[in-house]
Amino acid sequence: MTETAWTPDQPIISIRDVHKSFGALEVLKGVTFEVMKGEVICIIGPSGSGKSTLIRCINALNDIQAGSITVEGLEVHAPKLDKLALRKKVGMVFQQYNLFPHKTALENVMMAPLKVLKEPKADVEARARALIRKVRLDGKEDSYPGELSGGQQQRVAIARSLAMRPDVMLFDEVTAALDPETVKEVLVTIKELAAEGMTCILVTHEMGFAREIADHIYFTDRGVIVEHGPPKTFFTEARDPRTREFLSQIL
Amino acid sequence: MRPARPIPGVTAPRQGDLPVLLPFRAATPDRADGLRFSRWLADLPAAVPVVLGALAAAWPAVAYAQGGYGMAQAMDALWRWLPFLVTSGFALNILISFFTMVIGTAAGVILGLWQISVHKPVRNTAWFVTQLFRNSPWLVLLFIVMLAFPFEIRIGDQVIPVPDWMKAVIGLSLPIMANISEIVRGAVQSVPSGQWEAAESLAFSRAQTLWQIILPQCFKRMIPPWMNWYAILTMATPLVSLLGVEEIVTLSRQAMEAENNMPELLVPFYGFCLVIFFAYCYPIARLTMRLERKFAVKQ
Repeated sequence: MTETAWTPDQPIISIRDVHKSFGALEVLKGVTFEVMKGEVICIIGPSGSGKSTLIRCINALNDIQAGSITVEGLEVHAPKLDKLALRKKVGMVFQQYNLFPHKTALENVMMAPLKVLKEPKADVEARARALIRKVRLDGKEDSYPGELSGGQQQRVAIARSLAMRPDVMLFDEVTAALDPETVKEVLVTIKELAAEGMTCILVTHEMGFAREIADHIYFTDRGVIVEHGPPKTFFTEARDPRTREFLSQIL
Repeated sequence: MRPARPIPGVTAPRQGDLPVLLPFRAATPDRADGLRFSRWLADLPAAVPVVLGALAAAWPAVAYAQGGYGMAQAMDALWRWLPFLVTSGFALNILISFFTMVIGTAAGVILGLWQISVHKPVRNTAWFVTQLFRNSPWLVLLFIVMLAFPFEIRIGDQVIPVPDWMKAVIGLSLPIMANISEIVRGAVQSVPSGQWEAAESLAFSRAQTLWQIILPQCFKRMIPPWMNWYAILTMATPLVSLLGVEEIVTLSRQAMEAENNMPELLVPFYGFCLVIFFAYCYPIARLTMRLERKFAVKQ
């Protein structure tokens, strides 16, 4: 059995003692934390500290060497994982947007529900149009990704993930490749999503945004969680010297 | 040694894990070389065939002016043979190139997709077959197929004869297949691995990703190199004259024999072969380069 009964009062994501290496390089050295439904988690830390790898493991884009990750009771790294079941639960947005360049914005949003879930086209299209409105891109339905700005592309990417009706959204440094003036429009979209109760895990360098939106902040360095806490205490009462140093550089 | 052929999600470490450590990768490193022939041909000015024709006419007239059989007679002979050379000879070259391209493309696409299979034995076998036929002399392949293939195939009571030109098609299809295979593999791998990851995270299966997301993106990129190989193939069809297939070079030789093998005939007849091949391939090369530029801008 890879799936055990899960009820909403249990953690939606549970990460236990996860180890991950790329060859000889160990990037995660025993990471443990839990996320409750509706929580917004921000993971911060210096480059190469393993934070992107960590959220990619939640989506089974990376495998792990030891430990366990469950999403709604589904064991992500079981040998016979039902990937379709996992990916219906977990949506992911990437730093480089990765929109499909040969499809319009609307088609990008419609593609997965249509081809993977095989839902009726009329329903999917209605939902896709609503999602595009939701990310404030009305009128851009028929534009190709190449005709959109970075911020607009990233919002299409968010809509594309939402079209699969996930329970959890993973954001992997989604504003890191954007021009400063378009960062805000993407952050507003994420904020609205969080306000609606979507469970979100964000890897981010936007400290102000993390402080504003997060229920809980995790600071990772060299493959371990060094310190964590709610934003209020995390930013003002950091105890670990590594956290303090990082915060002093970035704030 | 087998060069590393990373396949996103199979053998390659995924991009984006450690952004700072990723090496620089040129988007399509061997694309420029893949079209060398078409680029060279398309860059020739359109006046070249005229100059070729003029040279062909002028040179023997000077060289053999003293003989009784002159340029005028040679050109006259060419003029008499010309309709036959084109309709029976060059038409067969084109027919061979068409069939070869159809078979070579179909087999090459399959082989190319096997080269990126998740199954290692399939991948390695496809790689080996591709390299074997890509790096073998075409003429040797032709001889092997010509001699190894039966001249007729029996299916029950039916006896289907296999004409020489059909065997030539099979022989030429092998290197074309191998080169198309490389085009397919190269095009698929030129798509950023982020596309695979995005598709994967949207629950697309590997096959769905390949057919619905990756291949539609690289279809356009494959057309110019594919046309480039068609032009190279057409240029190579006279090879089959060595095996007795009655295409334009074989027929030219026979026509010259019928005209008593006068040395004055050589330049007009073979010159005509050059001109007709040029006239056929030059527009293809120009179109190839135009498509290449068009698709390059649209990326």
